[in-house]
Amino acid sequence: MTEQPALASYALRLGDDALILSQRLSEWISRAPQLEEDVAMANIALDLLGQARTLLTYAGEVEGMGRSEDDLAYFRDDRQYRNLHMVELENGDFAQTIARQLAFSSYQLEMYLALRRSRDETLAGVAGKAVKEVTYHRDHATQWTLRLGDGTEESRRRMQAGIERVWPYVDEMFRSDPLEQALAADGLAVDARELRPGWDEYVGAVLRQATLTRPQTRTAPGGGRQGLHTEQLGYLLGEMQYLARSHPYSRW
Amino acid sequence: MSREWPLWEIFVRGRRGLSHVHVGSLHAADAQMALRNARDLYTRRQEGVSIWVVPASAIMASSPEEKDPFFDPAADKIYRHPTFYTIPSEARHL
Amino acid sequence: MSEERFGQAIAADQRIEPRDWMPEAYRATLIRQIAQHAHSEIIGMQPEGNWITRAPSLRRKAILIAKVQDEAGHGLYLYSACETLGADRADLLDMLHSGRQKYSTIFNYPSLTWADVGAIGWLVDGAAITNQVALCRCSYGPYARAMVRICKEESFHQRQGFESLNALAHGTPGQREMAQDAVNRWWWPSLMMFGPQDDKSPHSAQSMEWRIKRHSNDELRQKFIDMTVPQAEVLGLRLPDPELRWNPARGHYDFGAIDWAEFRRVVSGDGPCNRQRMEHRVAAHDGGRWVREAALAYAAKLRQRGNGHHGGRPDQEEAVA
Repeated sequence: MTEQPALASYALRLGDDALILSQRLSEWISRAPQLEEDVAMANIALDLLGQARTLLTYAGEVEGMGRSEDDLAYFRDDRQYRNLHMVELENGDFAQTIARQLAFSSYQLEMYLALRRSRDETLAGVAGKAVKEVTYHRDHATQWTLRLGDGTEESRRRMQAGIERVWPYVDEMFRSDPLEQALAADGLAVDARELRPGWDEYVGAVLRQATLTRPQTRTAPGGGRQGLHTEQLGYLLGEMQYLARSHPYSRW
Repeated sequence: MSREWPLWEIFVRGRRGLSHVHVGSLHAADAQMALRNARDLYTRRQEGVSIWVVPASAIMASSPEEKDPFFDPAADKIYRHPTFYTIPSEARHL
Repeated sequence: MSEERFGQAIAADQRIEPRDWMPEAYRATLIRQIAQHAHSEIIGMQPEGNWITRAPSLRRKAILIAKVQDEAGHGLYLYSACETLGADRADLLDMLHSGRQKYSTIFNYPSLTWADVGAIGWLVDGAAITNQVALCRCSYGPYARAMVRICKEESFHQRQGFESLNALAHGTPGQREMAQDAVNRWWWPSLMMFGPQDDKSPHSAQSMEWRIKRHSNDELRQKFIDMTVPQAEVLGLRLPDPELRWNPARGHYDFGAIDWAEFRRVVSGDGPCNRQRMEHRVAAHDGGRWVREAALAYAAKLRQRGNGHHGGRPDQEEAVA
């Protein structure tokens, strides 16, 4: 297979999004507000991890340097990670986590729906399977946004705060760059800018129904796709990677 | 109103051609959440599976005692023991 | 009349179902046993859940998430079975949080290394399975059925623990040392999971008579040891008992004396993690109260607005795919 560094980078972006968010959601296991939610969070974390593994493995193959999913997950530094800032944000309280889920799942669903048409068989395949999973993730986030936004005074306050916390990171999800645009022109990738209208419509409707206010916040500078992250990613990766790095060249 | 989520009984049809079968119960605040939780817990989201959720309090049961008349006008709850019933807050010492 | 029917059903090894007459003590014993089993599942999520974010490969991470998720599910099945006896889950959780009901003492030990995750899967789940298979034939229907469901899902847990330890035991010297150290720490507590020796178990006789308990503590402990020693040989790991040896006359492994003083200490609250396990659990519960209340408030609004149901007959519904 000829090396395709651009395609590898693209797969890594999508894979890193899924991996980092899976890691964040895993932090909720045994800490959720109801046992039923421990099960739900674990389900979503598992789905995302599955997507990450397929995408990272594929990125490694296409890159052609012999790197496995674990090589990529455990032995890259944070300047080499390509995920959005949205997914590396701290969990905060349950409302903030749901806010992040609403924002990101809605984006991810739009993205996978479009990616099903990719001329790349592997990416189209991942997208086809992921659409079913992420439809469920978005629905979970929607149901909770409604219940927290339109629940008690306290839950509305927290849900609004959660939306405010994640809103500055929304724009970054819909930014594109020459790498992505070239791949999109070849029918391999999705131009993220095209996903914004669908996202706005869906999320706008949910916020309205949940009696929440669409924030008017400044946009954060972003840079995740280029390996420029928030300070949080370093800590997340430290925890995730330290054991594997302590025992290099080991099998588990 | 109870401060905790009410109990729902869950019935699942695993495949076309089979009937719904009682698989257990769970707690949820409303029917939508009950369906979602039932899917996560009892089907791990298998496709094509059908789930019914019913508030446990809505189910009427016959008595297993063979000597009791079947058409007992006091049709009863599915669980025998009194903690299951809602006690009005005015009633004390119950 | 009903008392006779109860006795006949037990004698004929039939199931007792939720609306059957039952002695109050039978009901109380079952509520306590099933609830404590459920509590064990959810507390058990903590020592293993600790390692999800640090799992050293993505495959191991996925396996561990699935396992801990299963444990939450098992807790839910068991609370569900317990509620058929008139207990309310909220009350049962209160009893856990206040210490009036207990959970398996094994989870009061810390999971210090990655190898502990494998050791817990191999030994702790192995011990639990030894107990659980017998419970699938317990006299109380809902508990027996929950156990059948649990046993089906549990089969992969022990295998994965063993596989993980096996990879370590046959890996680098550092990994081998990690595996041996974990086994050294988890072996004796696993034996204590089966409870006190038979002659020190006053309630066992009644539970056996009611077919809630189908085998004695010592019987199950011996069965577990006999099964596990050959597995340790496959792993190439030593079990930390110098008196462990096959006795051909008995047809079983002889083993050394269990430190029952330690068992009593841990049961009474002085184990390494008792306080921490409870604080973690209570923090999740208390911290989540506003979420649960919000869901109830929303449900009440739905009812007021008259759209609490989807409407229509169940047989006209679409499949929930």
